[in-house]
Amino acid sequence: MNTQNPKRDTKPKITERRRFLTIMAQSVGLSALGGLIWTGYVEEAKASPLMLRPPGAVPERDFLRMCIKCGQCAEACPYDTLLIAKPGDGRPMGTPYFIPREIPCYMCTDIPCVPVCPTDALDQKSVSSLKDGKEVLDINKARMGLAIIDTESCIAYWGIQCDACYRACPILGDAISIEYIRNERTGKHAKLVPVVHADHCTGCGLCEHACVTEKAAIFVLPRDVAMGKPGDYYVKGWSEKDQERIKERDINSLQTKTKRSEKSPQDYLNLDEGLFDE
Amino acid sequence: MSRIYKMRYLLLRRFTQIGLLFLYFSANAYGWKILTGTLSSSTLFQTVPLADPFAILQMLSAGAVMGMDVFIGAAIIILFYGIIGGRAFCSWVCPVNMVTDLANWLRRKLLLDKAERKVWVSRNARYWVLVLSLIVSAITGLAAFELVSPITIFNRGVIFGMGMTGGVLFAIFLFDLFGVKNGWCGHICPLGGVYSLIGRFSLIRVRHNEPNCTLCMKCKEVCPESEVLFMIGKKSTTVNMGECVNCARCIEVCDDDALGFSIRDFATSKAKGENR
Repeated sequence: MNTQNPKRDTKPKITERRRFLTIMAQSVGLSALGGLIWTGYVEEAKASPLMLRPPGAVPERDFLRMCIKCGQCAEACPYDTLLIAKPGDGRPMGTPYFIPREIPCYMCTDIPCVPVCPTDALDQKSVSSLKDGKEVLDINKARMGLAIIDTESCIAYWGIQCDACYRACPILGDAISIEYIRNERTGKHAKLVPVVHADHCTGCGLCEHACVTEKAAIFVLPRDVAMGKPGDYYVKGWSEKDQERIKERDINSLQTKTKRSEKSPQDYLNLDEGLFDE
Repeated sequence: MSRIYKMRYLLLRRFTQIGLLFLYFSANAYGWKILTGTLSSSTLFQTVPLADPFAILQMLSAGAVMGMDVFIGAAIIILFYGIIGGRAFCSWVCPVNMVTDLANWLRRKLLLDKAERKVWVSRNARYWVLVLSLIVSAITGLAAFELVSPITIFNRGVIFGMGMTGGVLFAIFLFDLFGVKNGWCGHICPLGGVYSLIGRFSLIRVRHNEPNCTLCMKCKEVCPESEVLFMIGKKSTTVNMGECVNCARCIEVCDDDALGFSIRDFATSKAKGENR
């Protein structure tokens, strides 16, 4: 503004623009602190992986994004299986989950909890199958979790006769089967032990609910927690279906590149580089 | 009777606030299918979807791909408050309003305004929190304000069981009572900011009739967003700022019939200062 007097210019003038920018900068500074705390809290809240979601739930990361926390799934559930996380539960607040040891999912064939979801965080397609050219709800396609057996505390694995989980399983024979194994202790008896099959288990938790031990020896965990992954190196050579996986894999990602493998074997062997060092 | 007449809008507001909470509650408890869901997203009569536009915005920022229902629901809410209600959500629907109103009432009774050291928080802080919540949502991939919002926490608490909800509300209560006057609703809450923006051009407005005014300033004292009443005793016009929550406390407190509800005054909202 005042350019005639050079002396006055040496002291920076607090113009309207400077004031505005300063206030903006101040707000940004305060927001940065707030954002830091807030982000930290949200990240913590997110890292609670042991939650069993309703049927048809999209993978956990997407589920946390998409769930609007309206609770309509829980309201639709006729067994009060679905709970809504409250403050103090130590879980992402407002999202639905269930504790099978208390109330398991009874696998309603009309799956009332799924169609009411307004955001498709519960994806109806994933629990539907084609029947006579029409999409019909099919609860057996639900993958809420996977039942895991602690064979150390399962009394059937001790040799005591118990098939409570097997009897409770809505897809018995497929999701849980009873296998004979030799009782090495007595040498003349069989053990009838339950075995869970991940291809069929929906994670409804009726087995966990039915388990007779004080703390359930069979319990449901989220699938990504309970299951390993063999990766693309290992293929069942005897299974045609598994052979298909080879075609889909990305060859480039499979080739490990090290200093040595960049050269041809003939070269690095002849040059004896790195082989006899040290 | 005149005492009740003096509180007519307050009673109506409590009626809608508690009534809505009861409808939500009864959907879960008794299976009434009138209003299911929560304030984040609900279904009216099992057909009309409703959704909180701010929740949708955060979820989009977090990178969610969602079904159509919530977008239709958010559009209905935006149209309702944008055309008719203004920021009425805050004083007619939001359950936290009851907590902060109680704090505000106690503040007046205990004369806290007179004695305490002022903590200055900008009324614009809510817009910063609004932007911040979108940024945090984008970073964390989770609707950030939705996760901590005392509004939906309270709402869900009534429907699904309280847990530690009381603690959250008590913190808000203490902040408003001893910390900052109208601290939560008038300064921090980003949802209030969103509805201020949505309701900027809505039709239902408080109108000031200047010739009746005796300059007692009771309205300014009771107003939770007192800067919107800048025209008191100066000119007859409607309150046209989006921050007005249409709570009608100023109307109730006015003994001189200088304030009342009316339709937005488009003519005087532009021409500043001169009219009449």
